[in-house]
Amino acid sequence: MAGILILGEIEGDALGSITGELATVGQALAATSGDEVAVALLGGTPDSFAGDAIAAGADKVYTVADPLLADGQIDAYLSAFEQAVQQTSPSVVLIGKTELGRDLGPRLAFRMGVGVAQDCVELSVDESTGRVSALRPVYGGNAMAKVTFQGDGIQIAVVRPKTTEAPEPDTSRTGETQALSVELESSVIKARRVDTVTQASEGVRLEDATIVVSGGRGLGGEEPFETLAGLASMLGGAMGASRAACDAGWLDHSYQVGLTGKTITPDLYITVAISGASQHMAGCSGAKHVVAINRDQDANIFKSCSYGVVGDWNKVLPAFIETVSELINS
Amino acid sequence: MALNIIVCAKQVVDPETPASAFRIDPDTKQVVPAQGIPPVVNGFDENAVEAALQIKEASSDATITVLSVGSGFVMDVMKKPLSMGADQLILVDDPAVGNLDAFGTATALAEAIRKIGEYDLILCGRQASDWDNAMVPLGIAEILGLPCITIAQKIEVSDDGVTVHKALSDGYEVVKAELPAVVTITNELGEPRYPTLRGIMTASRKTPTVWDASEVGLSHDQLSHKLDLTELYIPVSDTECEFIEGEDDADSGRLLALKLREARLI
Ligand SMILES: Cc1cc2nc3c(=O)[nH]c(=O)nc-3n(C[C@H](O)[C@H](O)[C@H](O)COP(=O)(O)OP(=O)(O)OC[C@H]3O[C@@H](n4cnc5c(N)ncnc54)[C@H](O)[C@@H]3O)c2cc1C
Ligand SMILES: Nc1ncnc2c1ncn2[C@@H]1O[C@H](COP(=O)(O)O)[C@@H](O)[C@H]1O
Repeated sequence: MAGILILGEIEGDALGSITGELATVGQALAATSGDEVAVALLGGTPDSFAGDAIAAGADKVYTVADPLLADGQIDAYLSAFEQAVQQTSPSVVLIGKTELGRDLGPRLAFRMGVGVAQDCVELSVDESTGRVSALRPVYGGNAMAKVTFQGDGIQIAVVRPKTTEAPEPDTSRTGETQALSVELESSVIKARRVDTVTQASEGVRLEDATIVVSGGRGLGGEEPFETLAGLASMLGGAMGASRAACDAGWLDHSYQVGLTGKTITPDLYITVAISGASQHMAGCSGAKHVVAINRDQDANIFKSCSYGVVGDWNKVLPAFIETVSELINS
Repeated sequence: MALNIIVCAKQVVDPETPASAFRIDPDTKQVVPAQGIPPVVNGFDENAVEAALQIKEASSDATITVLSVGSGFVMDVMKKPLSMGADQLILVDDPAVGNLDAFGTATALAEAIRKIGEYDLILCGRQASDWDNAMVPLGIAEILGLPCITIAQKIEVSDDGVTVHKALSDGYEVVKAELPAVVTITNELGEPRYPTLRGIMTASRKTPTVWDASEVGLSHDQLSHKLDLTELYIPVSDTECEFIEGEDDADSGRLLALKLREARLI
């Protein structure tokens, strides 16, 4: 191999946690080869984050500064990162499956005519060929596929967030920072973001919660979700939902947990009237303990549960909540 | 404004196949469709058809062409977009394009789109529910050199181009591009309409245009895999569920809470 290059991400005024996660993945890949793990930081003034990237596990940082990179337009990032890849010719490029990365990674690969593995949860190096092998969930999580990169071109892996833990920053680490210069014109921006509308979530963010309580289609309407929200806040957690519940219009899609919704990693995940379709479970496979209340004893959800109650939520839930409340208040 | 819309739609194994009926042939590394469960048009591609129909209704003069690449098409399945109201169906139907990776698929679709020639808007689903790649539309855009906007929950076309509300995990972005452009559609756009009886009758009278790989000008080289599938397996869960059984449902609920406390989870 000839080096690993990571697309670093800057979120607001901090280095995105994905960058540390990717550095961990990169260092593991480099463990046998001794390759250098570099992070590219793109932005208006990315230099101030170089130290953070080294503390997060980078051996080297490339900075790419340009006013056109200041407001995160993907087309500008793509063009700049492509040039950074060409100038540094790594053999492996690691990108997070973030809002930016899940599009940028494949587009970079198509542009350069090289292979890309999307949504990887595990990467390893094949000892005999030295090529990267990637594990990725497919068919909505019903199956796992292992893929390797053909030929000898650059290997691009888009890695699912939270598949490894970002390390605690180690400020004793040292590394070189090098500025790369790229040519960027505003005409590369063909699709332009003109506005961002975000809803500030109340209370604990679903993605960060250590306890999540979710409801599904079996709840039958909006009202039971108010009860669930009460339970979630009593437990200091957040509320989620299945896609079926969101599609029904009972809740906004920002509550959706799953393959095309949010990925959650709570210690405790309580589901009520959710069948446990693979596409739902894809979003909570990192939960330490899953609990289900479902009246169908054959429901798929029970296959992933630590504890389950087969019963009607109309009867199970009120008694459950009452007891939880007593336990918490005593 | 005359508008030519191409919707890329893929035939996939029904993703609602119960997990218990989901099978893999480890030798061919392929999913074996469950008996009696026919394939479907990829769900997000139906959302894309719905988006196209809404754009057509809002403009005076639009044509919707549905395009698919593959082999072993089930005609009743692939005609569903026609019965929803799309104008024509083009199938690139060839064993040579039956098992491509995202790279080959994007190449084949891009070549077919070049052959169609006239296009203002290319709509795709946000991802196909078989390989969950969410890559092919990005490839089409790169190959054809077009702007690309993904995960549209709302889309509008006007004289100055396309405006999209791109769904984020907490909210959305407003993104604009000139036409022609590639846009991928998500289920947040709303339920795709059901075919009407009249729609089904009209669709049954339409004959799809079928091209083979050579008619689209696809060479073997262009379609070679960039990724090799070395293993495909069903993950096994080692979790054993402890069922909590009380005297009645309410009692079970109470015992569940006590159990979670005992396990120090609450
Ligand atoms: C490409 C793709 C992506 C998808 N992405 C996601 C995703 O991100 N997130 C997601 O959640 N889904 C996703 N889905 C949808 C997924 O396949 C399922 O359709 C969905 O998760 C089902 O939601 P549900 O469990 O609420 O509903 P159902 O499957 O209908 O289950 C309802 C459950 O409620 C139980 N129930 C009913 N009444 C009661 C009662 N009185 N008491 C107790 N239990 C009761 C039933 O036994 C049943 O198990 C996706 C699908 C596709 C094809
Ligand atoms: N074989 C195909 N034929 C037509 N459209 C396809 C095909 N494969 C992928 N697409 C389109 O690209 C989208 C994303 O697919 P994928 O990148 O495979 O997840 C799908 O929702 C379709 O709109």
